[in-house]
Amino acid sequence: MAKVTYVEHNGAKHAIDVKVGLSVMEGAVKNNIPGIDADCGGACACATCHVYVDEAWADKTGAKSAMEESMLDFAENVEPTSRLSCQIKVTEALDGLIVRMPESQH
Amino acid sequence: MSKTPSGTVIIGAGHAGGTVAALLRQYGYQAPITLIGDEPLAPYQRPPLSKAWLKGETDADSLALRPGSFYAEAAITLVLGAKAIAIDRGTRVVNLSDGRTLTYDSLIIATGARARTLQLPGADLRGVLTLRSAADAESLKAMLGPGKRLAVIGGGYIGLEAAASALALGGGAVVIEREARILARVSCAEISAFFNDYHRARGVTFEVGAVVEELVGAGGHVTGVRLAGGRVIPCDAVLIGIGAPPNEEIAKDAGLDCDGGIVVDEHARTADPAVFAIGDVTKRPLPLYGCSFRLESVANALEQARQAACAITERPAPAPEVTWNWSDQYDLKYQFAGIPFNVDYHLVRGDIAAAKFAVFHLKGDVIQAVEAVNAPAEFMAGRRLIGEKRPISRERLADSAISMKEVAA
Repeated sequence: MAKVTYVEHNGAKHAIDVKVGLSVMEGAVKNNIPGIDADCGGACACATCHVYVDEAWADKTGAKSAMEESMLDFAENVEPTSRLSCQIKVTEALDGLIVRMPESQH
Repeated sequence: MSKTPSGTVIIGAGHAGGTVAALLRQYGYQAPITLIGDEPLAPYQRPPLSKAWLKGETDADSLALRPGSFYAEAAITLVLGAKAIAIDRGTRVVNLSDGRTLTYDSLIIATGARARTLQLPGADLRGVLTLRSAADAESLKAMLGPGKRLAVIGGGYIGLEAAASALALGGGAVVIEREARILARVSCAEISAFFNDYHRARGVTFEVGAVVEELVGAGGHVTGVRLAGGRVIPCDAVLIGIGAPPNEEIAKDAGLDCDGGIVVDEHARTADPAVFAIGDVTKRPLPLYGCSFRLESVANALEQARQAACAITERPAPAPEVTWNWSDQYDLKYQFAGIPFNVDYHLVRGDIAAAKFAVFHLKGDVIQAVEAVNAPAEFMAGRRLIGEKRPISRERLADSAISMKEVAA
């Protein structure tokens, strides 16, 4: 398990123990955390699981694939630490991870 | 004294039904929620059944929309393995086949669609399958593997994905299509030709313009597909993928307007203000196109789930979305957005031979739809431009040396 804190756009925090091996997106959806829609279920096809990774964690979450990069290029309100949370696998090393949600996924 | 609320009853525990139940709770809905499903399983994702799940790349747990514990925690009552058979709108009661009755304040019909079957001799042989449910997918998976040949009747997405999965599992596949090309109903000729060639290069064979007359068998199990003219295509299993009519009968019987789908407005509401319908079963207005459509996609199910949940909890309606969908075959990611409706022109951007391109469908200089193969920037930018209805330069759009960011600027 790794503790992941999901912060909604309105500031509401949800600290969740996520099973190692799941994606950060799955951790949110399986716990009904608002703000991550994940319409495609993790196929990197929709960009509705957009999050901002906390600065301190940005390096530890790995590099974006070309696919993810292209999808994010055209998502709304993109920032340098933007990621698609379906593409971040939860590992022990990510225990304590903080991600923030954009205002809207659509 | 106020009466205890009956709450919301949802008929259909698929992607749409499961999502609207969860959204109601996310949006602060306090009254009871009852979710009725005719399968034994809690809501799960269907798209992987013909893709990652069929190839054994993902397990049953990861198919589930939410963990099993979620429903009790969220006070959502699951009534599984149960079939709703009638709705009495006057008394706001749903009747189940086992005699139980449920009363509602709001009713959401999310009964989806069912796989169309073939009315042909031999259609009842063992090994003749359709693919809609997890149970269907289990049956299909058991028929695939090294040395096994799958015959797919119908060259649509489901059939092509299943063919690709059959090959990935070491078997063979033949796709039999009545029209002159595969994907004829849903894609342009360039996309059809591309997928045809891509599958053929990997070992799938095609029979197009082919009329199936009979499924032949031995010992009660299918062994081949006989085409008009007499030729028999040998196989070990048959998958019928020829479309999915809506499960609208329960709405029709309740006097709700149906027109190839339950007719709803832009809030997913039927003409009865207490009754909503969402997902594959609906015929819904698309403001972008000024017309109504029945859409069969997860994105559509989720958008309408948001509409219904907002309406029931009296939140502002969500902004209209551009409809989209995707398909995974081999290493291809095919994403499409919008509807090629009322278009007068299409153009190809990118390199078809390199399997990285997009087809844009336009009316004048406005993009109405995009079909993208391994071209996420074209898909994402196209989806946004469709929603904005903003004219673009066709010449610049067709020139892949100019980035989509510049085209869309």
